[in-house]
Amino acid sequence: MGAQKKGATARVSEDAEELARHPLQAILLADSFTTKFRPITLERPKVLLPLVNIPMINYTLAWLESAGVEEVFVFCCAHSKQVIDYLESSEWSSQPNFSVTTIESHNSISAGDALRLIYERNVIHGDFVLISGDTVSNMSLIQAFQEHKDRRKKDANAIMTMVVKQSKPSPITQQSRLGTDELFMAINPVTKQLLYYEDKAEYSKGFISLDKTLIADNPSVILHNDKQDCYIDICSQEVLSLFTDNFDYQHLRRHFVKGLLVDDIMGYKIFTHEIHSSYAARIDNFRSYDTISKDIIQRWTYPFVPDVLCGSSAIKVERQGTYRASDVTLSRSAQLGSFAFIGQGTKIGNDTKISHSVIGERCTIGSNVTIEGSYIWNNVTIEDGCQLRNAIVCDGVILKSGAVLQPGVILSFKVVVGQQFVVPAYSKVSLLQQPTQQDSDEELEYADSTSGTGELRSDKLNGAIAPDLSETASELGTGGVGYIWTVFEGAYDEEWRHSVAPIPTNKLVKLMLDKDEDEELLTQDGNVISALELKTDSDGNGSEDDNNEDSRDDYVSFEKEVEATFLRAVHENVKVDLAVLEVNALRLSYNMASVDCGGAIFYSMMKLAVESPHNSASELHRNAADIVTTWQKLLKSFLHDIDEEIEVILKFEEMCLESAKEFAALFPQILHLLYDKEILQEDAILRWADEKEGADESDKVFLKRSEKFIQWLREAEEEEEEDE
Amino acid sequence: MDFQVVVLAGGNSKSLTPLVSKDVPKPLLPVANHPVLYYVLHQLEESNLKDLIVVVEGEDAGLLVGAWISGTFVDRLHVEIAAVPEDIGTAGALRAISHYLTAKDILIVSGDLVSDVSLGAVAATHRRHDAVVTATLCCVPICGSSESGSSGGKDKTKKPGRYNIIGLDPRKQFLLHIATGAEIEKDTRLQEHLLHAVGQMEIRSDLMDAHMYAFKRSVLQEVLDRKDTFQSLKQDVVPYLVRSQLKSEAVLSGIPQAEEDGNEKVSFPNNQVMVSQILANASTPSFHELYSMDPDGSAQTRKTHKCCAYIASSSSYCVRLNSIQAFMDINRDVTGEADHLLSDTVIGPSPKLGTKTTVGPHCMLGEGSEMGDKCQVKRSVIGRHCRIGSHVKVVNSVVMNHVTIGDGCIIQGSVVCSNVQLQERVVLKDCQVGAGFVVTAGSEYKGESLARKEK
Repeated sequence: MGAQKKGATARVSEDAEELARHPLQAILLADSFTTKFRPITLERPKVLLPLVNIPMINYTLAWLESAGVEEVFVFCCAHSKQVIDYLESSEWSSQPNFSVTTIESHNSISAGDALRLIYERNVIHGDFVLISGDTVSNMSLIQAFQEHKDRRKKDANAIMTMVVKQSKPSPITQQSRLGTDELFMAINPVTKQLLYYEDKAEYSKGFISLDKTLIADNPSVILHNDKQDCYIDICSQEVLSLFTDNFDYQHLRRHFVKGLLVDDIMGYKIFTHEIHSSYAARIDNFRSYDTISKDIIQRWTYPFVPDVLCGSSAIKVERQGTYRASDVTLSRSAQLGSFAFIGQGTKIGNDTKISHSVIGERCTIGSNVTIEGSYIWNNVTIEDGCQLRNAIVCDGVILKSGAVLQPGVILSFKVVVGQQFVVPAYSKVSLLQQPTQQDSDEELEYADSTSGTGELRSDKLNGAIAPDLSETASELGTGGVGYIWTVFEGAYDEEWRHSVAPIPTNKLVKLMLDKDEDEELLTQDGNVISALELKTDSDGNGSEDDNNEDSRDDYVSFEKEVEATFLRAVHENVKVDLAVLEVNALRLSYNMASVDCGGAIFYSMMKLAVESPHNSASELHRNAADIVTTWQKLLKSFLHDIDEEIEVILKFEEMCLESAKEFAALFPQILHLLYDKEILQEDAILRWADEKEGADESDKVFLKRSEKFIQWLREAEEEEEEDE
Repeated sequence: MDFQVVVLAGGNSKSLTPLVSKDVPKPLLPVANHPVLYYVLHQLEESNLKDLIVVVEGEDAGLLVGAWISGTFVDRLHVEIAAVPEDIGTAGALRAISHYLTAKDILIVSGDLVSDVSLGAVAATHRRHDAVVTATLCCVPICGSSESGSSGGKDKTKKPGRYNIIGLDPRKQFLLHIATGAEIEKDTRLQEHLLHAVGQMEIRSDLMDAHMYAFKRSVLQEVLDRKDTFQSLKQDVVPYLVRSQLKSEAVLSGIPQAEEDGNEKVSFPNNQVMVSQILANASTPSFHELYSMDPDGSAQTRKTHKCCAYIASSSSYCVRLNSIQAFMDINRDVTGEADHLLSDTVIGPSPKLGTKTTVGPHCMLGEGSEMGDKCQVKRSVIGRHCRIGSHVKVVNSVVMNHVTIGDGCIIQGSVVCSNVQLQERVVLKDCQVGAGFVVTAGSEYKGESLARKEK
C-alpha cells in the first residue's frame, strides 16, 4: 500500500499533460453478479440481451467510444465465451482508436473479485471509468473526468467520483422508476463529497441516522432521497489496490463505498458528479429494462437510439414514435400504435394491435393478436388470437393460438405455450428447471457458482432438451414446453416490484394504507422522543411491557409443560432424576431460569394435591404433605438459592389467591411443612416476610396468617445466635 | 397587524452570576449602558409592534422591570408586565399567561436577544406560509471575533460552537428537523417519511435557533394544554411541532373555535388550501400539500402543518446574552461593529477626562463619569457616574455605573458591576466583580468571580 500511495502522490504532482498521456481507460463488467434476470440469464449473459433489439453492451460501448474512452477492458465471467465470441465477431474488435480487450474469469462471484483480478493483470495505468455492461447513457465524461483530476491534484485521497442523477422515488412504493430501492445519500453541497450512502433503508425503522462526527465536520449537509446512483464511477488506480487490500469487499456499493465512508483511518474520499440534462441509467431488473426501453424509444438517450446505432437506412422512425425496419410485412388491417418497434423480417397478420412494444427480428405474428407493453425478441412465433400484456418473450418462443400472457410474465428461450393457455401473472417460464439450491446468498445478490456453470448447462441443454420435456407439457397447456418457476415463499408479494408490468392500482392503494399505519406508529414513536427524560422512561417501559407480555405467554405454556411432565412422572412412577432431567430440558427449550422451574414444579405439586380427592382441609394438608415428601428431591434440585425459594413462596401466595383458594386457610401449615422438609430455609421465609412488610394491606393477608410461624422462626434464630 | 408579542425576559440566571442579582435581574443587565431588554423593545418598536407582554420570572424582578419600562418607554409602547414563578420554563411561562393571548398569531422573543433581525420579516414569513410555527435562525456567532486582540489567542483554537442541528427543505423555507441541547451530541436521526415527502433535506449545524418564534395561537395553546410535560419552547414545543408536521395532531383550521377533542378535527376546508397557496405565492404546491393529497390529487386525506424557518442574513447581528462570554462579546460588538443597534449617540454627554487620558475607538463612556490623568481605555464600556483615578488602564472590559476605581488600577477582560469600589493598584484580569464589592488596594486577581456574600 505504501508504495502504491507514494506512486500516486508522485503522479499527482506531475502536471496535467503528463496525466493526459495515458489513454482513457474503462473497465466494463459484463457480469452483474446478480440473479435478477433469471431464468433468461441461465442461457445468455445479461449484457447480450437485446434492448430495443440491440444487445445492451452495444449501448455501453458506443457511449464509451463517443465519450473519448480509448481502451475498454471487458470483464466477463458468466457465459464468458458467449460474450467473447460476440465481441470478436462484432464491429468493436476492429475500431480504430478504440480497443476492446476481454478479461475472462470462471470463478469470480462479485465485482470485488473482478477488480482484484484486473489489478493482478496490471493493465490500468491511470484514472478509469468503472461501469457495468448494462449501462445506457449519453453523458459527457470529459467534465466529470476533469473535475475528478482537479480534485485529485488538491487532495490525493479523492479517489472516486460517482455519477448521480435526479430521480425522486415514488412516494408510495419508495422505489425509483428504474425499480431500484430508494437510496439515501448525504452530500456536502459545497465540495460534493459523499458522506453517507444507504440503499437498504428498511433496516432503519423509519429513521435515518447520521453520525454525529459527520455533522460536526460539515456545517452543511444535504441528505438526498431524490437522487439515483447511475453506477458510473470515475476511479483512480487506488480503487483497484483497495479492493486487493480489502479482500472481503465484494459489492461495489455495499462494501466498497460504505467501507470507505466509515473508514476514517485511510481518509479516502468519494465525490459525486451530478448530471442534469443527459441520460444515465443501469438495467438492474425487469422494471428498469422496461423503463429504459421506453426511454430509448422516446429518444431520451439520443444519439444512442436504434435508428442511429443501426444506420438510418435499416430502421425508420415514423410518427408517434413508431420504428419500423425496412422489410416488415404488415397486414393492412394491423394497427401499429404509438411507440412500437418492429424489427426486420417480421410478419404481422390481420387486425393485430401493437402498442408500446418492441418486436424483434424474423418474428411471425398471426391475426387478431394484441400486444401491449411487451418485449418480444427474435424468431418468436405468435399464433392467432394471442394476447400479451407487459411480458418479455425471448428468442424462439412459440405461443400457440389463443394463448394469453398476463402482466409480468417472462418466457425464456424456446418456451412453447399451449393453445388457449393462460400464463398467470408474474410467472417465469424456462426450459431449464429451477435450480434447486437457489443462491443462499440471494440477499447479497452474488451469483453463485451457477453463473459460471450456466454456460455448460446451456450447452448440455441444446443437445438434450427433447426427451424430458414431454412430462412437463401439462405445465403450459397442451403442446406447451417449459417449466414454470415457482416463486419463493414470501417473495411473491415482492414480485410486482421488479416486474416489467406496471404496478397494479390495488397494490398501490394497499401500500398507501400500510404506509399510513406505519407512520401512525412512527409519529407516536416520535412523540415519545419528545421530552428527553420522558423518552427514556416511556421507551423503556414500552419495551419492558412488550417483553413482559411475551415472557408471560412463554411462561404460561412452560408451566403447562412442566405440569404435564410432573403428572406423567407421578402416574408412571418416573424416577426423580429423570424428572429433573426432563424439567431441565424444558427449561432450556423455553429459555427459562431455574427460578421459574421451582415455581412451576411447586405449582404442579400443589395443583395435584388440590385435585386429589379430599373431604376436609386436614385431608388436603395430608395430600400435600405426601406429595411434597415424595417429590421433595425434584423440587429441591431447582432451589439453589434464597431467591428461588422466595419465588416459591410468592408462587404459593399467588395460588392461594387465584387458582387454589382452598390452600388459603392452610398457608401457614404448608409453609411450615416446606420448612420442615428443608425445602425452604428460614432465611428465605424471613426475607419474604421482610419484603412483604412494606406491601399493601391486601398483600399482607398471608403474612398475617403465618405471623406466628414467622415469629417462632425469628425467635429460634435469635436463640441460635445467642448460643453461638 | 394581528400579532401579539410576548417577550420572555427571564429573571435570575445562574450562568450570569455574579453579574445578575436581586437588584439587577437579567433583563436589566446593562449592555453598553442600556438594559439588555432595551434592545428587544427597541427592535419591536422599530417593527411597529407596540402591543407587548413582558414576562418576568419572580415578583420582585417584575416590579423592577416594570418600573424601568414605564420610565423608558412611556407613551411609546403598550406593555403589560406579567410576573410568573421561577423555574417553570418557557413553556410554563406561556401556560401561565395563556389567558392574555387573544390574537391569531403570537410572536415570542427572548428578552436576552440582542439582534437587528427584523421581527416584521419573521412575522411576514409566518403569515405568508400560514405556518404553525416560524423559527428564526441565525448564523452561529463566532465567540470572540478575530478583531478582538487580547482574547484572540485562545479563541483561535475554539471551533464555532454548535447550538442546533437544523434540517431545511431545498428552498430553505421549511423547518424539517431541529435538534437542541443534548441531542446535538448524539447521532442525528431523521424521519424517513419526511425525507420521502421532501426529497432532499439540508442539514445545517452552523445555524442557531435565535429563540424568536411566531406561533399560531390556537396551536400553541393546544400543544401547551395537551402536553403538560413540555417545559421549554425551544427543546420541547418547537421540536414536537416540527416532528409531527406531516401527521398533524394540532388544529389547523383558521377558525380558532374549532372543537379540539383529540382526533376529531374539523377537516381543513378546501378553500383554505387555495388561500394558503395563493399566500404562499407559489406556482407549485409545497410538499406539505402534495403529501396530504390523495394519489388522485383531490381531497386532503392527511393533516399537515407547516413549520417555517426565517433565516437571518449572515450580515445581521443576532446574539443571545446567556453567558458571561456572550455578555462581553455583546458589549464589544454593540460599541463596535454592530453599533447600529443603538440609536443613541455612543459617547454620552460630557464625561470629564483628565489630561493625557486616551479613549480608543469602540469605547463608550457613560454620562457624568470622570477620569483622572494618563488613563487608557480600549474597547471597553464605562457606565454612568464612575469615578476613575489616574494611571488607570481599562482594556476589553465592562465597567457598570457608579464604580469607583482607584489610581493605578489595571482592568483587563473583566466585568465590574455597579457600585463596586476598586482601591489603588488593583489588577483584574478576566474577572467578574459582583455589585457593591470592594476590592482592597494592591490585590491582584486573575480569572476569578468576586461577589459580596448574600445576606
